[in-house]
Amino acid sequence: MPKDGGIGAATPRREDVRFLTGNGKYTDDINVRGQAYVHFLRSDIAHAKINGIDTSEAEKMDGVIRVFTGADFEAVGSIPCGWQVTDRHGEAMQEPRHPVLAHGKVRHVGDPICAIVAETYEAARDAAEAIDLDLEELPAVVDMKEAVKDGAPKVHDELTSNLCYDWGFVEDNRAAVDEAIKNAHHVTTLELVNNRLVANPMEPRVAVGDYDRSDEEHTLYTTSQNPHVIRLLMGAFVLGIPEHKLRVVAPDVGGGFGTKIFHYAEEAFVTFAAKELNRPVKWTASRSEAFMSDAHGRDHITKIELALDKDNNFTALRTETYANMGAYLSTFAPSVPTWLHGTLMAGNYKTPLIYVNVKAVFTNTVPVDAYRGAGRPEATFQLERVVDKAARELGVDPIALRRQNFITEFPYATPVAVEYDTGDYNATMDKLTEIADLSGFEARRKESEARGKLRGLGLNCYIEACGIAPSNLVGQLGARAGLYDAATVRVNATGSISVMVGAHSHGQGHETAFPQVVADMIGIDASQIDIVHGDTARTPFGMGTYGSRSLAVCGSAMVKATEKIINKAKKIAAHLLEASDEDIELADGQFTVAGTDKSVAWGDVTLAAYVPHNYPLEDIEPGLEETAFYDPANFTYPSGAYACEVEVDPDTGKVTIERFAAADDFGNIINPMIVSGQVHGGLAQGIGQALLENCAYDEDGQILSASYMDYAMPRADDVPFYSVDHSCQTPCTHNPLGVKGCGEAGAIGSPPSVVNAVLDALNAAGHDVPHLDMPLTPSKVWDAMNKGA
Amino acid sequence: MTQVSMTVNGKAVSGDAEGRTLLVQFLRETLNLTGTHVGCDTSQCGACVVHVNGKAVKSCAIFAAEVEGAEVTTIEGMANADGSLSKVQQAFQDHHGLQCGFCTPGMVMSATALLGENPNPSEAEIRAYLEGNICRCTGYHNIVKSIMAAAGQDTSKIAAE
Ligand code: FES
Ligand code: FES
Repeated sequence: MPKDGGIGAATPRREDVRFLTGNGKYTDDINVRGQAYVHFLRSDIAHAKINGIDTSEAEKMDGVIRVFTGADFEAVGSIPCGWQVTDRHGEAMQEPRHPVLAHGKVRHVGDPICAIVAETYEAARDAAEAIDLDLEELPAVVDMKEAVKDGAPKVHDELTSNLCYDWGFVEDNRAAVDEAIKNAHHVTTLELVNNRLVANPMEPRVAVGDYDRSDEEHTLYTTSQNPHVIRLLMGAFVLGIPEHKLRVVAPDVGGGFGTKIFHYAEEAFVTFAAKELNRPVKWTASRSEAFMSDAHGRDHITKIELALDKDNNFTALRTETYANMGAYLSTFAPSVPTWLHGTLMAGNYKTPLIYVNVKAVFTNTVPVDAYRGAGRPEATFQLERVVDKAARELGVDPIALRRQNFITEFPYATPVAVEYDTGDYNATMDKLTEIADLSGFEARRKESEARGKLRGLGLNCYIEACGIAPSNLVGQLGARAGLYDAATVRVNATGSISVMVGAHSHGQGHETAFPQVVADMIGIDASQIDIVHGDTARTPFGMGTYGSRSLAVCGSAMVKATEKIINKAKKIAAHLLEASDEDIELADGQFTVAGTDKSVAWGDVTLAAYVPHNYPLEDIEPGLEETAFYDPANFTYPSGAYACEVEVDPDTGKVTIERFAAADDFGNIINPMIVSGQVHGGLAQGIGQALLENCAYDEDGQILSASYMDYAMPRADDVPFYSVDHSCQTPCTHNPLGVKGCGEAGAIGSPPSVVNAVLDALNAAGHDVPHLDMPLTPSKVWDAMNKGA
Repeated sequence: MTQVSMTVNGKAVSGDAEGRTLLVQFLRETLNLTGTHVGCDTSQCGACVVHVNGKAVKSCAIFAAEVEGAEVTTIEGMANADGSLSKVQQAFQDHHGLQCGFCTPGMVMSATALLGENPNPSEAEIRAYLEGNICRCTGYHNIVKSIMAAAGQDTSKIAAE
C-alpha cells in the first residue's frame, strides 16, 4: 500500500484550490504598472510582396505610442530554429530567416506586418485600420507535392527550392528494404494523410515585456512550457541579451500541448519594445489570432508499404512522407518528422528492415511543429493502419497478427536506431482484452444492428519514446541544446522544503506529484514540501516540460538532489548521535543509529544545519541545499494497447464512440489519479483528430478553420467515459524512479483505433472501404457508404 | 465612458465602462476579478461563464452596461461563507475534474447552474449541458464524474479512476 501522500498515492491536487476559486495567476492576469498594449496587424494574404507600409495616419491617432514595422528589426536576429536536420546526402537542411515582423514579403495568413503599441488595446486595434499596406499578391503554395515541383512559387526567394530537407533513415538500409519488398510474399500498401491540427490550449498565448532601467534587466512574462529555453533562444539568438539580464517568467499556464514550447516573435517583440519605449508592453492573443500564429501540428502525407512472408511475419517496412513545415521553421519543427517519427517506425514489432524517407516542405501556411505526441502519433497511425489493412487483406485476426510480430525480448535494438529497455506488449494486449470486454463485442454488435446501427471494433498498439533525451545523442542528431533537466532542493531550518525545478506544470499536477516523491524519500508529510517552477530567476536551468519528460528527466534530477540532501543530513545526524555515518538509517523522518533506539528527528537535523552550534564544521558546510542536473541515459518507452467501439448511423454517416479502453504500461507510477487524467485528455485529443478536427486551407492559402465556429473541438458529448488501466508496469531501467511518462500516450494511441473501428463497421456491413482519411466526418463516412449511389 | 453599477459576489461595485466594454473585461480589468477567463472570441468556449441574476451567462457575449443593477456571481464568489470549497468545487478536486485550470471557472459556474436547474442530471444531460464549455485537458471524463458526484450520485462504477 502506498504511504499516505507518498509514491503511488492518488493524492488530490493541491493546485486545484487556487484554480477552483479563481485565484490562479495566468499571464493575462499580470498587469505591470504603466503598461502599454500591442496589437499586431497580420497579413490576410498568404504570399505577397510588401511594396509599402504607410503608418503616418495611424501614428497620429489618439492613444497610439508607436507603430513598428519589419524595418525596425533589421538589426535584430532571426527567430531561431533549435534543431538542424542533415539530409540523405549529408547536407544541412535549408534554413530561412524568420524575422520578428515581416520584411520584404509576407509568407502566410497571420504573418505579423506591423505592431501598433498604444495606451489601450482598443486604440491599437483602431489604429491598425488606419495603416495603409501596399501588398502585391504572389501565387501561394499550399499543397506539399506541388510545392516541391520545379517552377513552384518559392516561399523563400533566397532558398534553392521549397524542400527543407530530404531525409533517409536508415539510409544504409534502403537497398535491402527495396529488395525485401520486391521479393515479399505479400505487400500491403496504404496512402494516407495525417491531418493538420491546431493544439488549442484553452488559454491563448500572452506576453508581457518589462524593462528595468535601474539594473538594465528585462523581464518577460509569457505563456511558456519552458521559460529557460525561451530565455536561451530569445536572449542569445534574437535580441542579444545576456542571460543574467533577462528573466523569463511563465506563471500558471492554461495548457500547452506542445504549442507553448516554441519561441515566438511576439515574445521577442514585447521584450524589445519595452526597452525601446521605456514602458512595459502587453500582448494578449485573441483565439482567431491563435489559429493564425500558434504553431500547428501533424500535417503529413505518407505512403507506407508493409511486406510479409508466407507465415505473416513482417519482413520489411518502407515509408515516404511529406511533412509540412509551414512558412518558417518553428523551434523544433525539423526534429518532429525525423527523429521523433522515423525512430518509432518499428512500433511494437520485430520488423527487421525499415526505411523511412521524409521530405520536409515549406508552404505558405502557419509553421508546423510539435503537438502532443509530435511525430509519434504520425508513426503510430501509419503503422497501425497498415497492420490492420494487412490483416483484412490476408483474412487474419488483427490481434493475432500483431501478437505474432510483437517484440518479446528486451532490451531490443530496432533497425531504426533506438533501443527499447523494457516492455511487455502481450501483457497490455491481455489487459486490453479484459478491460475492453472484447469477448462481448459480437453481442454488442447484434444489439446495435437491432437498432439499425453499424457497430465496429478497432484496436491498435503503440510505442513511444519519451523523456527526451541523452544530450550527447541529440547533439549528434542536430539538436542545438542539451536536454537534461535540473532541480534544487532547499531545506529550510524548520525542515520544510522548497524544490526548484526546471520542469513546468501547465496541467500535469507537478505541484502535487513531485512532493510525493521527496516526501517518500525522507519520510515526511508532503504538505511540508513545495515545488517552485516557471521562473528563470528562481529555478535552476532546466529544459521544461514536453515529450512526457517531466518526471523521467526533471524528477530524476530531483531524486538525485534529494539523495545528496539525505547523505549530508545523515552526516549531521551521525554527529548529533555520536555515531558513524554508515550506521545512520533514515525512515519516517527519523535518523536512527542502526540496531539501537538512538534517533534524532528530521527537524532537529535541519535546524542543526542552519544553527550549527553543535556541528561538524571541519567536515561539512552549514546549510542544507543541493542541486542536481540529470541527463538521461536513453529515452523511455511507454507502450500500450487501445480499443475503440463505434456506432455508425447508416443514414447520416455520423460516428459515435460507444466505448474506449486503454491499457498502458508507463512503468512505475507516482500518482495514479493524475496519470489517468493525462490519458483521458490525450484520448479526447486523439478522438478529436480522428473524428472532428481539421485545420483546412484553401488553394490560395486562406485558413478556413480559424475559430471555434469552423474548427471542431471535442465537446463533452463527443466522447464517452473511458476505461483506462495502467497496472501493466515494466519499470524503466535507467532512471531512478523507473518511470516512463504518460502525457502523450492517449493522443498517440487513439486515432488508429477510432479509424480502424469505423472501417470495421463499414466493412462488416458489406461496404468495401480500405481506408478513409481523418477526420471521419459524417459526410465522408456517408460518401464511403454510398459510393456510386 | 459611462458609470456602471452592479452587485458582484454580494458587494456593490461601480466603475467606468465604454459602450463596447464587455462584462468580462469589466470584471477582469476594472474589478480585478481575474478568475473569469477569456478563451475565444466567438462565444464558444465558456471559459467566461458567470451568473447574472442566478443564470449562467457568457460574460464575453454581453456588455457591462447591459447588466446595470444586476446581481453577478463569479468564480471568486463560489466558495462557502467559511472559505471552504462549495460542493461543486470540492467534487472537482476530489475527482480530478481539472488540469490546467483555465476552463475550470467556467465549468464550475456552468455545473452549478445545471445542478440548480436539474439537481439529479443523467450523464447524457450533463454532457449536453456542457455543449458551450470546452476543456482541452481532461477529456471531460472527470468533469462529468465530478458533476455526478456533486449531485450525490454514486460514481464508483464509472470505469477506472
Ligand atoms: S470567452 Fe466567452 S465563450 Fe469563449
Ligand atoms: S483543465 Fe485545462 S482546459 Fe480544462
